[in-house]
Amino acid sequence: MIAAMNRVARAAAIMAVASLILAPSFAAGTEGVAWDGFVQSHAAGRLHQVNCPPETACDFPAAELRVQLKAEGKNSSGSAGFLGRFDLVRDAAIDDTRLVTRELFADWFSEKATARLGRQIITWGVGDLLFINDTFPKDSVALFTGQPIQYLKLGSDALKLNAFPGAANLELIIADFRPDNTPTSRRFVFVDPLPPGLPRRTVEPGHRAGELEISGRISGYLDNWELAGYFSHTHFRNPALRAAGDEVVGTFPRLNTIGASLTAPIGKGVLNLEAGYYDSREDRDGRDPSIENSQLRGLIGYSRQLWEDATLGLQLYGEWMRDYAAYRETLPAGFPAKDRLRKVATVRFTHLFAHQTLTFNFFAFLGLSEEDRYLIPSLRYAFSDNLWAEVGANLFGGKRSGMFGSLQDNSNVYLTVRYAF
Amino acid sequence: MKPLRRIVFSLVALGAAVSIPARAAEPSADEIVRRSLETFYYAGNDMRAKVQMKLINPQGKVREREMTMLRINLGKSGDQRYYIYFHGPADVKSTSFLVWKYPAKEDDRWIYVPALRLVKRIAADDKRSSFVGSDFTYEDVSGRDLDDESHALLRKEDLGGRPAYVVESKPKAAADSSRRVSWIDAERWLPLKEEYFDARNEPSRTFTADKVEQKGKYWTVTARGMKNLQSGHRTEVVFREVEYDVGLKQDIFTERYLRDAPSQWVR
Repeated sequence: MIAAMNRVARAAAIMAVASLILAPSFAAGTEGVAWDGFVQSHAAGRLHQVNCPPETACDFPAAELRVQLKAEGKNSSGSAGFLGRFDLVRDAAIDDTRLVTRELFADWFSEKATARLGRQIITWGVGDLLFINDTFPKDSVALFTGQPIQYLKLGSDALKLNAFPGAANLELIIADFRPDNTPTSRRFVFVDPLPPGLPRRTVEPGHRAGELEISGRISGYLDNWELAGYFSHTHFRNPALRAAGDEVVGTFPRLNTIGASLTAPIGKGVLNLEAGYYDSREDRDGRDPSIENSQLRGLIGYSRQLWEDATLGLQLYGEWMRDYAAYRETLPAGFPAKDRLRKVATVRFTHLFAHQTLTFNFFAFLGLSEEDRYLIPSLRYAFSDNLWAEVGANLFGGKRSGMFGSLQDNSNVYLTVRYAF
Repeated sequence: MKPLRRIVFSLVALGAAVSIPARAAEPSADEIVRRSLETFYYAGNDMRAKVQMKLINPQGKVREREMTMLRINLGKSGDQRYYIYFHGPADVKSTSFLVWKYPAKEDDRWIYVPALRLVKRIAADDKRSSFVGSDFTYEDVSGRDLDDESHALLRKEDLGGRPAYVVESKPKAAADSSRRVSWIDAERWLPLKEEYFDARNEPSRTFTADKVEQKGKYWTVTARGMKNLQSGHRTEVVFREVEYDVGLKQDIFTERYLRDAPSQWVR
């Protein structure tokens, strides 16, 4: 609660500073503020009869009505701008009404550099629903309940600086910590190996200067190939949980990552390569079972058009654990052991029909090591430029010891209807 | 651009010289198509336009797309870059497209998805697939290669009061269309009308240049339509604020401006 208030206060402070800096730019003249937004209803119904704990939204893990308002503007010289995107959500699944600041930032532009300050969504890397060098906050609850893909990412409260010296694009991000939104027992049913009944709390990193997160990217073209290098000095965004006396405490250990990516047209399609090293700084010898061990992650992807309006994308992804012996020795009883190399394949097939008003999409995560799967079929129809509806499903299956298989009591079908204005 | 034009003109001159014995004044079909592609897709060193597209289904229901299109020519190779920014409708606002077009190989194409702040490279083996659900293909928007088809001059006739060469073009490789008949303005070199025939030689689509105006030094088709004769779906496009040689720089056609629209040009 106090952390939440702190966050609100900090966001307000950032915006106050931003508006002070921006005011002179806008006093010189604006192009006006453009407003738009949408109304959206979204519901996901659990597919199977499950014995839910009393606190879990059992039949409908998602049931909400959402209004989004977006305002954006630029000054007349184009040297400064802002964007705000706010969601008012009536969340019937967990009986909550909330106002969410999805994005709220100010921009400065110049010939050779730009800056963006405030809450902003940042997406890096070349994977499709697989992230290696993109360590920015994500919302897997939104993914698993079938929310539109824009809700996969959460905004970072950050200062983003871009410089464009010659051919390269340099990006530096200084961000405050923000955790991922991960499944909890409020909407999800899964086996929890930690002792039941103990009160839980998470301790977020403080917000002192030394605890800020710094990420950088350098990218450029080599002919028509795109190369990028990345680093992040960040935190794990999933809490590392451990029983401490009579409670379970979650912390967010430090994480450093470094990596690179390549995108190139090969044959009649596009090849994507990405790799990164995850240095788990608070568990360098791999002997702390509550903290993820250091890992090497990599993916290779290829996508191409099959025929008109039909596209197929395939990816192979691997996570290789560095200190595997230490992991096996210290893994507590009752926890399923991971493979040293966790392999996942993905398939995406998209087909557009009727002048691109009807979209069929199928995405599959196939756990090759953990023998589990997560399938996402969907069908979207645009009734007009303003109104679309989508039906789809999130189908988890396979071994319950796997990451996706452990969620199989949460398979759901969903319906989203959006009216944009 | 200049070298390309020089090549084109010298080829035109060469063609004229070669064909003197047969037909004193008429250029060959290849020259006509070459000049037409040059005029229609390469005018100026660069171009900026506001483009309004109406997608009209057989029941008369209209969907609209409003875009800013920027284009730059990169010189002798015939390479071009296109930047297309969507102003509306609301659901696609701020989406942008980048195309690096090469006459002799597959284009490079990127899309920017604003909700995720994501730049994604898209497989571009689909020059003949629909551009944003319209009846125009990517190829119709950014041009086709002269050498992909063989061209024959059928006749010369007036169309809507304009003198026009009627040229038949057939794809050299197997394609989903069998031929295209084009009426090309004999003085301004712009296509006035095109009839497309499918693989069974049935009429499939009709292009019409509905309004031709001089913008700066260049004759420009400012209103055009494409009708799918088999489905009844049609697309109407209006070009407004057309400007040539405005001084676009090549770096506008990169990831940086895909993410942040260049406000000097995208208004």
